[in-house]
Amino acid sequence: MGMFILRRVGVMLLTALCLTFIVFFMTNLYPNLEKLAKTQGNFRMSDEAVASYLTREGYLAPLPVKYGRWLGVLPNHVTTNEAGVTTGKCIREGVNTPETAPRYCGVLQGEWGYSSTFKDDAGTIISKRLALTGWLALLAFAVMIPAALIIGVLAGMREGSRMDRTLSTFSIASSATPEYVSGVIFIAVFASSAFGLKWFKGSATSAMEDFTWANITLPVATIALYGVGYVARMTRASMAEVMTAQYIRTARLKGVSFPNIVMKHALRNALIAPFTVIMLQFPYLLTGVVITETLFNYKGFGWMLVQAASNNDIDLLLGGSVVAVIVVLVTQLISDIGYVFLNPRIRIS
Amino acid sequence: MEPLTWTGALGTYLNPLFALAALGLILAVIGYILLSTYENAKYTFTSSDGTMAAGGTNSDALSRFILPLGIVTLVLALIYPLAGIVLPFGAAGIIGELGMRFLPVWIALAVTFVLSITYKRKLGLYGKLFDSPIGMVGFAIVMFWVFTAIFVAMDMVITHDPLGQVSGMKNKLPGTPLRGAEEGDYSHYLLGGDNLARDVFSRVVQGSQVVLVIAPAATLFAFMVGITLGLPAGYFGGKLDTIISFLANLVLAFPVILLFFLLVTPEIRAAGIPIPGTNYIWTVPTILASILFLFPLVFLVVLFDSRFFTQPSKRNLYVGLTVLIGGYLYLGLAWDADPLGLISIDGGVLIVFVSVVFVNSPTVFRIVRGLVLDIKTRDYVAAGQTRGEGPWYIMLWEILPNARGPLIVDFCLRIGYTTILLGTLGFFGLGLSSESPDWGTTINAGRRLLSVYPHPAIVPAIALMSLVLGLNLLADGLREESLKD
Repeated sequence: MGMFILRRVGVMLLTALCLTFIVFFMTNLYPNLEKLAKTQGNFRMSDEAVASYLTREGYLAPLPVKYGRWLGVLPNHVTTNEAGVTTGKCIREGVNTPETAPRYCGVLQGEWGYSSTFKDDAGTIISKRLALTGWLALLAFAVMIPAALIIGVLAGMREGSRMDRTLSTFSIASSATPEYVSGVIFIAVFASSAFGLKWFKGSATSAMEDFTWANITLPVATIALYGVGYVARMTRASMAEVMTAQYIRTARLKGVSFPNIVMKHALRNALIAPFTVIMLQFPYLLTGVVITETLFNYKGFGWMLVQAASNNDIDLLLGGSVVAVIVVLVTQLISDIGYVFLNPRIRIS
Repeated sequence: MEPLTWTGALGTYLNPLFALAALGLILAVIGYILLSTYENAKYTFTSSDGTMAAGGTNSDALSRFILPLGIVTLVLALIYPLAGIVLPFGAAGIIGELGMRFLPVWIALAVTFVLSITYKRKLGLYGKLFDSPIGMVGFAIVMFWVFTAIFVAMDMVITHDPLGQVSGMKNKLPGTPLRGAEEGDYSHYLLGGDNLARDVFSRVVQGSQVVLVIAPAATLFAFMVGITLGLPAGYFGGKLDTIISFLANLVLAFPVILLFFLLVTPEIRAAGIPIPGTNYIWTVPTILASILFLFPLVFLVVLFDSRFFTQPSKRNLYVGLTVLIGGYLYLGLAWDADPLGLISIDGGVLIVFVSVVFVNSPTVFRIVRGLVLDIKTRDYVAAGQTRGEGPWYIMLWEILPNARGPLIVDFCLRIGYTTILLGTLGFFGLGLSSESPDWGTTINAGRRLLSVYPHPAIVPAIALMSLVLGLNLLADGLREESLKD
């Protein structure tokens, strides 16, 4: 088991390195850098001015060198301008001087760089936005998982019954409703003046300070709805399979009541497969979160990614993608390990 | 002209009836579900075939009402659009007139269903679809949009120019009469106007074309890529498998939305490798397209070559035709270098297409690889190997046809998923131009005024949802029927 986890962690690190390098490559394509220079300077910069700005800031160094600097395994880029003032990533006024500043200054040293959009330290922004999104995602999961499990178990315990058909159709319909469709419909029905039911708010900006029933319900429902269908279908399939098992038949022949069979005998085994599916929902949640936060103007991690991408804010984008990639890989790892623990039939040597 | 109401004069009689039937149906279904979870059977009885069944519960009695009530509700619901065909203009309201506009679609659907059900025993898996009610519903919804797209291309369903702006029609509600309508113009904006005073209905039906061309084509390409890589990875295993699997997992670990934001930007379309000595820049979309579009060509060439290499004349014909036609399309689509200048693809559409293929193919690869790992242990594969068949013949002509069931089901699901992805791109305004009538872009344009004028965003949202729902139901029906074998 220890070997397995170690190997998985190794592959994980390799994947994370490859992915951040790809993001690094794409954000450092010349047209992207040109756009960055123009948003930092002014939009009427000449090509020469752009080139000299980029050279001065070290953006035109070879890609592996730049990547090494960002990672913190190569010495950081330091420039001295005409007035003789030396600037660099880790040289901060009042904190240190060019002489005392650390030579290596990258992610490995805990320096996430500087966001050109928000004019702030990228690490601070990411942690702040991530906390906001964490609450939203937590609420969405708190709604989604129980709902999906209940629907799946009810549908799967009597396969082919009318209840199964009704609930299965519901879950198919919900997995056919992406966030931007359900969000639009929710806002139109529950928050617009056209239908007249102004029960909730169409914007969740105020939910960033404190949640109320009115401002958080619609975003949470929007994220949860798309995921419910998928998890419910997996739970249903797993439950239906367990219900045909020999030991369930034995329990029925013994005369155990149906609710007891479902609750005490079937449920435990039926929840192994959905566990993996639920863990793998986290990566998909990210897309949902980006759409929902944009639609409801909730300024969390997803909203931040959109802002960073549209302004080619390299440091923020890289930081964001590191977080996203880590979330994906860690959930994959947890789902693999959890599967082994939950299912005693699988042993990894 | 009078503005149209939703149900017109017909509604005065039909609406109360419909509401009653629908309410009854909903109550019966909810009551049945709630009762059947709690109740235990009062008695059991042995039926004539020797099986035992439970009965005598209240939920059982209630369930007898569900089917008739459902049929009544459905028939009443169908009267609304169909009445528009018979009644004079406006008497059946907006729904009736929509039914009238879709008349060619109804006829085509009816013909398809009558023909298919008549000959269903001779039509293989497609015919079996008509044994499953869920599959039929899904197929009907999908074909509804397919026929709509076809008839719009023939200028039939559409009422106005999807890009035409009419002054005074900005954000007008559904059923508003067209201001300053001339002879020959359609007199109303059936589903209202959007914030640029364009007809919402016309844009949605026109948008079905964009979606129904890009989504299935992109899915097909993703399948070609996934199959071409998945077959050898599963069959040969070893280092090849490890490398391709690692690459596939790499793409899968990449958050889709981040990839889109990095890949589908105007800057990326300009970036690339300059070819020395010329002005030509090998742009990122072209690089990706020239790699990804090569797979269908390779797939078809290997497919024909492995089968017919013993009959050189036939082989040369098929392979030659593939290389000629495929190569022509490849030059036009990937390189925008069609020698005749007929085939080219807009840069915005190309990058959208390529990134959707790129995102989908690793999943297809994993599915194909898994299927191959399972099928290659079968006896007929061993028989083929003993006969001395080449590995590609076994992969493409022995294993692939036997994996078709799950692949067809996944193909339907994946078209739906691709439709959602395209909508996501449109929703963020990436790729396609902001004037494009595709559903995602239209939702994006409509969401800014959502709380005041919801109709420009809701109509494409419902269209997109219905298409994906149809594809999911179709896949479910196909899965059910293919498992029966």
